[in-house]
Amino acid sequence: MFAYTIRRVISGILLLVVMSVVTFYLFYASSSTPERFACGPKCTPTQLDTTKRALGYDEPTIVQWGKFAKGFVAGREFPDDEKLRKAAPEQVVECPRGCLGYSYGYSKPVNTLIKDKLPISVSLAISAFVIWIAGGVLLGITAALFKGRLIDKAIVGLSLLAFAFPTFFIGLLLLKFVAIRWGIVELPKYSDFTDNPFLWVSGLILPAITLALVYMAGYIRMTRAFVLETMSEDYIRTARAKGLTRRVVIGKHTLRAVLTPLVTLSGLDLAGLLGGAIITETVFNFNGVGKLSFTAVQRYDLPLIVGIVLLLASFVIVANIVVDLLYAVIDPRVRLG
Amino acid sequence: MSSSTAQLSAEPAQGGQPGDPLLVVKDLRVHFPTADGVVKAVDGLSYTLERGKTLGIVGESGSGKSVSSSAIMGLFHGSNAQLSGQIVLDGTDILTLREDEMRRLRGRDVAMIFQDPLSALHPYFTVGSQIIEAYRVHQSVSKKVARRRAIDLLDRVGIPQPDRRVDDYPHQFSGGMRQRAMIAMGLVNDPSMLIADEPTTALDVTVQAQILDLLQDLQREFNSAVIIITHDLGVVAEMTDDTLVMYGGRAVEYGKTSEILTHPEMPYTWGLLSSVPEVTGDTSAKLIPIPGSPPSLLNPPSGCHFHPRCAFRDKVPGDLCRTTTPELAPGGRGSSHLKRCHLADPESIYQTEVLPEIAPDLVDLLAEENT
Repeated sequence: MFAYTIRRVISGILLLVVMSVVTFYLFYASSSTPERFACGPKCTPTQLDTTKRALGYDEPTIVQWGKFAKGFVAGREFPDDEKLRKAAPEQVVECPRGCLGYSYGYSKPVNTLIKDKLPISVSLAISAFVIWIAGGVLLGITAALFKGRLIDKAIVGLSLLAFAFPTFFIGLLLLKFVAIRWGIVELPKYSDFTDNPFLWVSGLILPAITLALVYMAGYIRMTRAFVLETMSEDYIRTARAKGLTRRVVIGKHTLRAVLTPLVTLSGLDLAGLLGGAIITETVFNFNGVGKLSFTAVQRYDLPLIVGIVLLLASFVIVANIVVDLLYAVIDPRVRLG
Repeated sequence: MSSSTAQLSAEPAQGGQPGDPLLVVKDLRVHFPTADGVVKAVDGLSYTLERGKTLGIVGESGSGKSVSSSAIMGLFHGSNAQLSGQIVLDGTDILTLREDEMRRLRGRDVAMIFQDPLSALHPYFTVGSQIIEAYRVHQSVSKKVARRRAIDLLDRVGIPQPDRRVDDYPHQFSGGMRQRAMIAMGLVNDPSMLIADEPTTALDVTVQAQILDLLQDLQREFNSAVIIITHDLGVVAEMTDDTLVMYGGRAVEYGKTSEILTHPEMPYTWGLLSSVPEVTGDTSAKLIPIPGSPPSLLNPPSGCHFHPRCAFRDKVPGDLCRTTTPELAPGGRGSSHLKRCHLADPESIYQTEVLPEIAPDLVDLLAEENT
């Protein structure tokens, strides 16, 4: 299992390298003059040229990638151009090892930006995850146990409704009524967990519910299907034939089998969300990674784009490895090697 | 052996006196309402079974043999199946029991061994824990005692190194070992009645023989009544005292196994016998499959359910096979051999038309005996 993990980590790193190269080339495929966005609307050709050199966009793509890679491994200084650095030494930014680049749009190193925004997105993702797993699994099991009855139809119907409504609509609805009109909760606002856990929760609750609803809808239906499928398995009939109570047959034998696919799916879904939820963050004005990535693309901010792509990709890769390792723990039939 | 003779008219036992049969099934019907109509999976089935005896239930897939035994396990309690009739186990009509009362019976008084033990054992729990669970649900003993019991039983059913294998998962067992573990699980509470639903279907032939031997040994040891559901007439011949042939949810022939196999009186049973290959038999003997496919239980054929596939329906005067359902009644071989067929003299048809086709050498043998 150790060798397997090492192999998976190495292949994950290779994948990240490839993805960074691809991102660089895709970026230049989309716009011929990305520096125009950094330079502004009233940009003279000379200024444009200076900006281009300051951003390092004048060099061949592969050289730029090489500098990025070197910066990540050994650290680097900005601007790239040595003459510019000498001309304005007070503006030189030191970017230590692990450097993802320097965002000229924000005038901050990408690492700092991500470090600032990541807690917001992670908080949102994790709180939503808790809600959607708890709600989705419980309601899904309930629906399966009452299959064909009114409760089942109500749960399935409502989950379809939640699935059909766009996130921004649900978000605005909750914001308008629950927070503003009825004042049940405070206006959603991010506060640091370490400062005040209570404020952290109360500020997160509406965005988390908004984000969770659509996932929950999917998980209700999946859990319901998994439970029903498992309940028709031969080993469940065996469990009943042993004289076990319904509680044990469902709570132990059925759920144990349903756990496996749920772990896989939820692990990957959570990883996808850690990198930010653009719509939810926008509706509730949470400046997380989602919003950051949106701005980065809007402004043609290459270093920021690359940084966020790699962040997201590493979440997904790590989640994949973790899920596969968990699988070996959950399912005794799986042997990694 | 003779005491196991079929008694169609057996009264349900009251209180389970020693002389009474352990199991009396009377006019059992299991119907499933579906969107397309009522599926009559079992339609008026009756039989009795005494302690220490073995009944073989034979029939094609969909003949109702598994459904009828699931009904004995009470597995339809709480489902939408409609059950009627009586299943009297040791003096108690289990169809009148509530689910929680039935649950206490299940696995303790009547246990079931399923076919395909790989899918019938939970893949995520060890073999031992599944046996321990089956034991502890009915006995208030500590985990340690139950584990001891599980190891004993695994040893008894012939699992090598049971104290180590007890912690293995089902997928670490071979097919035959899984079925042994399944049997150990079925026997863990010393049930008075054991139902084996095609216990050897998923196993290879050498293992089949071992499992059958094991079942026979254990039956003698525990003095359980056993129902073996199978479509393998070899298993029936080897293992059972009585045989019940089912077709389309009904019993079509019922009697002592030795009697049914040597003097079958129902064309469907002939068909089953014709389909059995014989290893030592004449290679020129034909394997004759039964034409057609099993009847739809949603919309069964009129009259005798078997008539559309029956090669001998012309021998019955009039249109009787198509219009009238024959009763399950004694034929020409005495009151203990019941058949559901309109044929007036099935014995002679069997001897002259069926037997020469499927076992020519046997005909010569019989002819020699008769002279």
